[in-house]
Amino acid sequence: MESATPPTESLGTTKASRRLSGRTKALLAALAAPLLLASCKVPSFGAYEGASKAGNDTFKLWQGFSIAALVIGLFTLALIVWAALRYRRRGDQIPKQTQYNISLEVIYTVVPIVIVIALFAATVVVQNKVLANPTPNATVNVTAFQWGWKFTYPGHKAYVVGQTTQTPELVMPSNEDVRFNLVSSDVVHGFYVPEFNFSRYAQPGLTNTFTFNIDKPGLYKAQCTQLCGLYHSLMYFNVRVLTPANYKTWLANKDASTSAADAAANDAATGIQTNPHTPTLPTKTDYGVN
Amino acid sequence: MLKQESLILLLLGLFFGLMGIVYWVWSGEDGGGVMLLGAFLLGMLPGFYYLWWYRRTKGNRPEDREDATVADGAGVVDSFPSSSIWPFVFGMGCFFAVLALTFGNWFGVPAGGLLIWAMAGFTAESRRGGNV
Amino acid sequence: MTDLIERPVTAAPIAPAHHGDDHGDDHGHVDHDEHHGPSGLLKWLTSTDHKVIGMNYLVTSVVMLVIGGAFAEIIRAQLVSPTSTLVSLSQYNQLFTMHGSVMIYLFAGPFAFASLANYFVPLQIGAPDMAFPRLNALSYWLYLSGSITMLLGFLVAGGAANFGWVGYAPLTSAANAPGSGADLWIGALMLTGFSAIFSGVNIVATIFYLRAPGMTLFRMPIFTWNLLVVGILILLAFPVLTAGLVMLYCDRHFGTHIFSVQGGGVPLLWQHIFWFWGHPEVYILALPFFGIVSEVIPTMSKKPMFGYKGMVFATLTIAALSLGVWAHHMFTTGAVLLPFFSIMSLLIAVPTGIKIFNWIGSMWGGQLHLNTAMLFSIGFVITFLIGGLTGIYLASPPLDFFTHDTYFVVAHFHSVVIALVLGGMAGIYYWGPKMTGRMLHESWGKASFWFMFIGTQVFTIPAYIVGLHGMPRRMGVYPNNPAWQTLNIWESVGALMLGIGTLLFLVNVVVSWKKPIIAGDNPWDGGGLEWFTSSPPPHHNFVSLPPIRSERPTWDYNHPDAPALGHGKHAGESSNEKAPV
Repeated sequence: MESATPPTESLGTTKASRRLSGRTKALLAALAAPLLLASCKVPSFGAYEGASKAGNDTFKLWQGFSIAALVIGLFTLALIVWAALRYRRRGDQIPKQTQYNISLEVIYTVVPIVIVIALFAATVVVQNKVLANPTPNATVNVTAFQWGWKFTYPGHKAYVVGQTTQTPELVMPSNEDVRFNLVSSDVVHGFYVPEFNFSRYAQPGLTNTFTFNIDKPGLYKAQCTQLCGLYHSLMYFNVRVLTPANYKTWLANKDASTSAADAAANDAATGIQTNPHTPTLPTKTDYGVN
Repeated sequence: MLKQESLILLLLGLFFGLMGIVYWVWSGEDGGGVMLLGAFLLGMLPGFYYLWWYRRTKGNRPEDREDATVADGAGVVDSFPSSSIWPFVFGMGCFFAVLALTFGNWFGVPAGGLLIWAMAGFTAESRRGGNV
Repeated sequence: MTDLIERPVTAAPIAPAHHGDDHGDDHGHVDHDEHHGPSGLLKWLTSTDHKVIGMNYLVTSVVMLVIGGAFAEIIRAQLVSPTSTLVSLSQYNQLFTMHGSVMIYLFAGPFAFASLANYFVPLQIGAPDMAFPRLNALSYWLYLSGSITMLLGFLVAGGAANFGWVGYAPLTSAANAPGSGADLWIGALMLTGFSAIFSGVNIVATIFYLRAPGMTLFRMPIFTWNLLVVGILILLAFPVLTAGLVMLYCDRHFGTHIFSVQGGGVPLLWQHIFWFWGHPEVYILALPFFGIVSEVIPTMSKKPMFGYKGMVFATLTIAALSLGVWAHHMFTTGAVLLPFFSIMSLLIAVPTGIKIFNWIGSMWGGQLHLNTAMLFSIGFVITFLIGGLTGIYLASPPLDFFTHDTYFVVAHFHSVVIALVLGGMAGIYYWGPKMTGRMLHESWGKASFWFMFIGTQVFTIPAYIVGLHGMPRRMGVYPNNPAWQTLNIWESVGALMLGIGTLLFLVNVVVSWKKPIIAGDNPWDGGGLEWFTSSPPPHHNFVSLPPIRSERPTWDYNHPDAPALGHGKHAGESSNEKAPV
């Protein structure tokens, strides 16, 4: 408990050691987070759990980052509020004019660097999982356009197209690696499925490829996220995940009900081919893919 | 010392150069590579210029010496024009030139007129050292 | 008129003298007849005085803040209900484009590096003016005409620019964005861009060449240091944006195909060019406000800046790293080198953290005067801490994949930029008395602070949450979801509080003018050279200068018994011993 005279303690050993233990706590917490997550129920901190293994890995990374941010944030906030209250003016004496404390400054330079490297390491691990593109069991070509979505199935005549609130449905099988080739026929759009913890730009002249392996069948809401003009707010779509058997049935029915002429006309309208072709993985444009 | 000034620019420039090499080789992306090369040059160019000036003057300006007194800095600092209409005229010329980009080339006529007038005024003012 | 200005050689007397009366007596000018110079409107149009220009920038940028804020209030009014028809979708796209554009290009930038900077950098280094006064004036006229140009968009057919303040190709092509609004936006950015470049030249030249005797680089105040680095960053970044704008204009009007696929161009290139400017830009915006807070906190704590050299090192590190992180805005393109930009973006948190701890260190053990300027500074640090931490998430590509282009990002950058506004308010309350000779009233100031500080959190916290729920940004209407609507209503309440806080500030300006409280030379017992001269300073700033032996020459002069700080050989000596007779 400080006396009533002006504070004479400098930022020397007492405060430093208290702060040292606080810093160490933060570091330990950040590094221990993955272990904790495995054992107890950690709050979601607002994010979706992810409907796939990759999505769930992303969610766990989110939780880890959140714990680190919370610990560091609350600790620093406590210091600020404490200083603001504790050192309010109590007279006119000039306080000790401490200018620096080298060991303390080194600590709060080095410790954040260590934390940042840990966060980066965790990021790389999850990122490689999210961006992996194993050989797929099914493929869907997605074309975004002003202001709707078209889904075509290479090797099949089936296609789904819809604009704004027609909310077209992207049908895909669950528990299988499904590859998506995403492109835009005009401006940049954003393919965003919140519950998959994923989004990717649809760009003209640049096809993006990614893979989903969704655990549970269901209907997942989705929307365009990149400003694309007048009806950007209304570019809705859904992802309907069916069991593999139901998906096969759906695809067969869709093929049967689509005439070749329809398919060709739709091709011409929005520029992507439904005729059988094997999309190749772009090389220079797909960094981070193994 | 002007040496510290040149070091700031040179060290920043070198860092950009290093970052640029790592980035360009690792990514193969030319846009960023070129822009970082530009940043590298922008640090090197004035940085070396200052270094050269430091070597020439042996850099011991009063503002570089820790024990300099106010008397050491006596004398004329520089010339500071205290009022001039030409920045305003030149600015209006630029304004009209930009409006020409949107509203048509005919805006270029007053733009050109104002800009030429301002450039003449600036030059005359600098030479004569007084209001024109 | 060209004045040859001499360094004031009148040594300051040992005992602090009353400087308030010395208004223009002994200037040591070779030739000077300001009394015969222009007056009235012509005097304003021809002024090259950095103080007049700084004040011009301050007033104009605050007007832009109010205009941008008005757009924000309309946006928030629209979003209280999911399918509101308050404004059409077309108008909504113009509103958020112009809100962002006005706030960033026309308020934040000019306020940051040309208002308080123009006024106080020369004062803090003991210079009579900026290095290039006429260039300085030109910068202001370019800024003013650029602001008018951008706002003219609302008067043309087709309306103002509507493609977001970032203007991604191909949405900005002639086909997708026909009409003059887009061209006016491009032209405005060219004018304000050159304005900024000229300011950058001026700042760097002034700091390199016009410092007073004894004012070594490591004795400059942190505000001036930050502006030196900002000047360098401006010179590195703004020409890139200007080049991009020229390319965009050519694509729109001269048939080039730089950004259009049809002609073999690469739309993605726009994003690279824009963000190569755009990321240093946010540090160009932030560093001056960091500098302001680095002045206010130590002064109001009656202590020196803690960790001065660490602050300088942190600022230089931020500048260096800031040129290597641009593509973290492009993680979802699938076409950038993710690990490089991720590690660089994570690393840039480290120097920012150093600064926050140094501000805390400056407060620690001090005698804190919790006046309006200090409250705004503390509010800045807290809000920037929150915004900075949420930025860490965004530096991780997997986490960015599901937060990019959602309200999570909107909340993050509003946390940081509104924190900057709080810092700007701190600067106005701190330096307003020096500029006008009058104090701003504390009661209105504190009321304004609480509305703005709490309003910021009330706006941003629901925005983080609704973004994580999946609400994208730039939506004029949104799905009919009660949870989303509740969060949006709270955001609008926060925005309203911010508006009220701003209004209270404007009221304060008027009240303080009508009921003046005279400030005196040094109402806060500040340490920089600006506090050594009168409020407001005389023409060419200084009648006399104190000896400069540390980064707080005025403090050393006024507190001769306290040991001087000093960096270098003369650390710890009493400043009195070196005062020339």
